[in-house]
Amino acid sequence: MNDTMTVRLFNPRGIASAALALFAALWLLAQPALAVEGTVEGGRINPLPIAIVPFLAGDGAEEAGTTISSVISNDLGRSGYFNPLDPASFIEKIESFDQEPRFADWRQIQAKALVTGQAFVDGSKVRVSFRLWDVNTQQQLAAQQFTTSPKNLRRIGHLIADLIYKQLTGIDGYFDTRIVFVDESGPKDRRVKKLIIMDQDGYNPQALTDGRDLVLTPRFSPNSQEITYMSFGSGTPRVYLLNIDTRQRELVGQFDNMSFAPRFSPDGQKVVMSLQDGGNSNIFEMDLRSRNLRQLTNVPAINTAPSYSPDGSRITFESDRGGAQQIYVMAVDGSGQNRISFGDGRYSTPVWSPDGKYIAFTKQANGKFAIGVMRPDGSGERILTEGFHNEGPTWAPNGRVIMFFRDTQGESGGPQLWSVDITGYNEQQVPTPEFASDPAWSPKLN
Amino acid sequence: MIVSASFKIAAALSCVLALAACSKKNSPDLNAEAGGVEQAVPGSAKEFALNAGDRIYFAEDRSTLSPEAQDTLRKQAAWLAKYQDVTIQVEGHADERGTREYNIALSARRATATREFLITQGVNGKRISSIAYGKERPAALCDAEQCWSQNRRAVTVITGGARTS
Repeated sequence: MNDTMTVRLFNPRGIASAALALFAALWLLAQPALAVEGTVEGGRINPLPIAIVPFLAGDGAEEAGTTISSVISNDLGRSGYFNPLDPASFIEKIESFDQEPRFADWRQIQAKALVTGQAFVDGSKVRVSFRLWDVNTQQQLAAQQFTTSPKNLRRIGHLIADLIYKQLTGIDGYFDTRIVFVDESGPKDRRVKKLIIMDQDGYNPQALTDGRDLVLTPRFSPNSQEITYMSFGSGTPRVYLLNIDTRQRELVGQFDNMSFAPRFSPDGQKVVMSLQDGGNSNIFEMDLRSRNLRQLTNVPAINTAPSYSPDGSRITFESDRGGAQQIYVMAVDGSGQNRISFGDGRYSTPVWSPDGKYIAFTKQANGKFAIGVMRPDGSGERILTEGFHNEGPTWAPNGRVIMFFRDTQGESGGPQLWSVDITGYNEQQVPTPEFASDPAWSPKLN
Repeated sequence: MIVSASFKIAAALSCVLALAACSKKNSPDLNAEAGGVEQAVPGSAKEFALNAGDRIYFAEDRSTLSPEAQDTLRKQAAWLAKYQDVTIQVEGHADERGTREYNIALSARRATATREFLITQGVNGKRISSIAYGKERPAALCDAEQCWSQNRRAVTVITGGARTS
């Protein structure tokens, strides 16, 4: 965490917007043609000041305009890379979507980028348009129009936030995504656990199970239409598939013993999971169409928490075959099983990043639980957050943000969802209806 | 080594505390506890828990059976020999100081060790099912070793054939 690097915010057309200096930043992006650089002391991200003008609204679309502006502002602000300026500080009042802004007024309040927009009711639909401006160069960087049913308004806001984020950072956005997690209610020794799916910002939570069965470790399919998870429904705990739209549930396989820790392959055709046999658990892959089962590990130990590399060629998993939990990588056919974690402590719950460059993990050492990342060859280990109990990382689809759960102490304590930038900065609590654990981040919805 | 030593100390401490609580509670009416035992119907789940003991404890990240645990399991096996219609489920549990997936597997390992020991003591394996709860059902709720040591356990639950109490 001691290296200082610079992540430049730029747009692909080469019009400079700003730059961020981060300690221990991982990506040195392509040099923009013009760069405004800011150096930051004290280990804090210096976010880009952006003015998001409350969207102009036609008759009946006032609420739509307000919703969209606030969704964009909230998304960009929570990312840690942007500082949405207080609308009360705005000098110019934008009267028309078509007019060019008075850039001097926006420069005066230190805005580097400006977002204007409008929303109109169009029959049963709402029409939303936005424009993104570079205040210094006085050029329009992006503009787009969306027509949608009013119930999708928040999604339009997320899509616009994704476009702005991509335009100004050069990195894909992650705001039009969802989270599935385990909702926890009731006393600590008799927790009721339900699967809930919600937008990544905590809005629109919907229960996918009713709480009668204990459910754990939900994971998205690559098309975000299905969840695989573990349920203690009837007798032996088993791995299931759940269709999010139809709520249809399907058993992944009728095995003699417990099946657990499932995850989809990147092509969605297979599920990798642990099957228990007596005191041992080994990793198996099931082809969902042929129902063929292939054993990948065959070691008298606990082998679990498998996760595919994004190209589907390798699998990372944890095993205590060497005496304590450590992270391993193997080829997808089970060959070449190599340990990659060698630091002090126990390493577990490895999850491959969507860009393939990193494996995120939980690490237990000195009575603390940390979330960290390392390269797939085990080098470059970095701890992002550490404390009483942090567990179960999941990646945003752009590989920049990791979500996990953090347990709080005490009989009335419980787990909550948090996110952290891959640099280790910008920890944010993710709002959930009740206590929450085992988050999984969906791919981009489009 | 350090782990198992501290575990024993914690277990010993909780015994001392339990005895202190017992003697305090019983001093005004010595027959209260004894009366409770007599009321448990022989062959009932309650009597099993009182006389054989329904749970055993494990050291951190371990599934080996301590001499105390083996002693309890021998009593369980003797009791089960007496009541041949009784079927049981061994619940494996882990403390909260582990990750979700591993704790499920670890608690399965504890349930398996318990079940296999009962079989060596003459209990027919067909009478014993098992389930692994991981860290999902803690018995004690404080954030300290004195609670975690109570949560690393295997509990023998009677699932059928017992007398009603």
